[in-house]
Amino acid sequence: MTALLEVRDIEKSFGGVQAVRGVSFDVRDGEILGVIGPNGSGKSTLFNCILGQLVPDRGSVRVNGRDVTGLRPSRLNRLGVSRTFQLLQVFPELTVRENLILAGQEHRGSRLSRLFGPRDAGLGAEADRMLDFFRLRRLEDETAGSLSYGQQKLLDAAMAFMSGSRLVLLDEPAGGVNLTMLADLRERLEAINRETGVTFVVIEHNMEFVMALCSRLIVLAEGRIIAEGAPADVRRDPLVIEAYLGH
Amino acid sequence: MSTRTSLLVGLALLVLLALVPVDLSDIGVPYPGLRRYGTYILTLWLVTAIAAMGVNLIVGYAGQETLAQAAFVGIGAYLTAIVTKAGMPFGVAFAASGLLTFAIGIALGFPALRVQKHYLAFVTLAFSVLCWLVFRNEEWITGGVMGIRDIERPSFLGWPLRNHVRFYWFVLGIASIMTFVLWWIVRSPWGRAFTALRENPLRAESLGIDVRLYTLLAFALGCAYGGMAGSLYAPLVEFIDPSPFALGPSLLFMLMVVIGGSGTFLGPFVGAGIAVLLPEWLRAWETWYLLIYAVLVMVMMAFFPGGMVGLATRLLTRKARL
Repeated sequence: MTALLEVRDIEKSFGGVQAVRGVSFDVRDGEILGVIGPNGSGKSTLFNCILGQLVPDRGSVRVNGRDVTGLRPSRLNRLGVSRTFQLLQVFPELTVRENLILAGQEHRGSRLSRLFGPRDAGLGAEADRMLDFFRLRRLEDETAGSLSYGQQKLLDAAMAFMSGSRLVLLDEPAGGVNLTMLADLRERLEAINRETGVTFVVIEHNMEFVMALCSRLIVLAEGRIIAEGAPADVRRDPLVIEAYLGH
Repeated sequence: MSTRTSLLVGLALLVLLALVPVDLSDIGVPYPGLRRYGTYILTLWLVTAIAAMGVNLIVGYAGQETLAQAAFVGIGAYLTAIVTKAGMPFGVAFAASGLLTFAIGIALGFPALRVQKHYLAFVTLAFSVLCWLVFRNEEWITGGVMGIRDIERPSFLGWPLRNHVRFYWFVLGIASIMTFVLWWIVRSPWGRAFTALRENPLRAESLGIDVRLYTLLAFALGCAYGGMAGSLYAPLVEFIDPSPFALGPSLLFMLMVVIGGSGTFLGPFVGAGIAVLLPEWLRAWETWYLLIYAVLVMVMMAFFPGGMVGLATRLLTRKARL
């Protein structure tokens, strides 16, 4: 399989603190890669450097062979890269359906055609499909702000797929979600990966969730990669055990 | 409300508003219509509502701030007065007012967009003061404190609009078109993107929404609404001087949007109605009306942040539940 995402020698400091120190890895087309590590290991900073929210001090990011280092998130999204955030980021005053349409509308037609075209930007059928897929159909006309935390997490995830992205970066998708909803979320993500071949990079603290979902793991500690491999191997790695127990 | 119902309600309101100043006793309806001054106040309300719609787009929908709407109204008013007195048709002056204020909105908003919100407010505040100084000091073109007088009311398709009811109908027609355009924009994917800017710009950007471009569009469109309102204001009052275009009236436009209901479609009409009518109702108290207005704003902010429209919606929803 070819590398869809290539991360090379990323470094990022804040004042005297070096948050990410020369991190390099590839993500192959269609795989689910997990990025784990104790608190403060640099996972979110790395994510933000990949996604253009932060400009790295050094290193490069390539998507499909194209250099996208420091590209603005909106442009990166239009190149087929979506993300979810650690903290909930839905639009509380819009309905569930409107949140989904908003998530995909900038990928439909020109800006002018969106002004004069249909109100749903031609995304009605796609929104229906996503509502059914993420089992949110009965909530479609509810405002996102009135949903439970777990339901909002599902909506947040569903929004990442409305643009037809090939690469989706999920920042702690399991955070704060109850066990029933968690199983549902994992099963939905696996199904999308299986059916459409979308590639995932997942930052997660919930070990059970990430071990079950991901085919490969990268472990970060103090801004560096300390282990990489299949979940079962990573779990037994003494460096990983030390990094977690040491914190 | 469905599109069809919204349009039908809008049309019914339009017919009703068109009939307000007309004496209907000739056709057997016991309604005497409005006198000249009443029609003037009604026209002023429409013109003010157009400018407030622009502020609502910037503040209520896109979540930005502006303290220069009165300055944009002033630019439109002075441009129209100068151009029409030079013998050019009102249509040209109206279009030029919209285009010029849109262009100024782009030029003014562009450098401020890196920081947005409060910094945009500071930039607009400085621009407001600058415009007022130009209106007051550049006598050779604006007439300074003496202003520009005898601004002619235009003709429409050969139909002179000197008559106050005819001019009211003309303004009502333009206000209806501008209301329809804004309604169309806020219902379109553009409107959804504007709301996304207000609610969560970080997430909006990650969904491919060009936050800078949409903010600039909302800001420039809002400014253009101010300019076009000014273009109608000049022939309405027939005399302009710098005082209605100072910083105070710009703040008043912000308050109109807050009182009416920021981010609601009807908010600017309600807010403008209160701002235009309150001084008339409280004429006996002279400048005390500003104090009453201030108290009203504070009460609204504390207890009904959704403004009058938000309050009405809440009451109607509660009634429907009972």
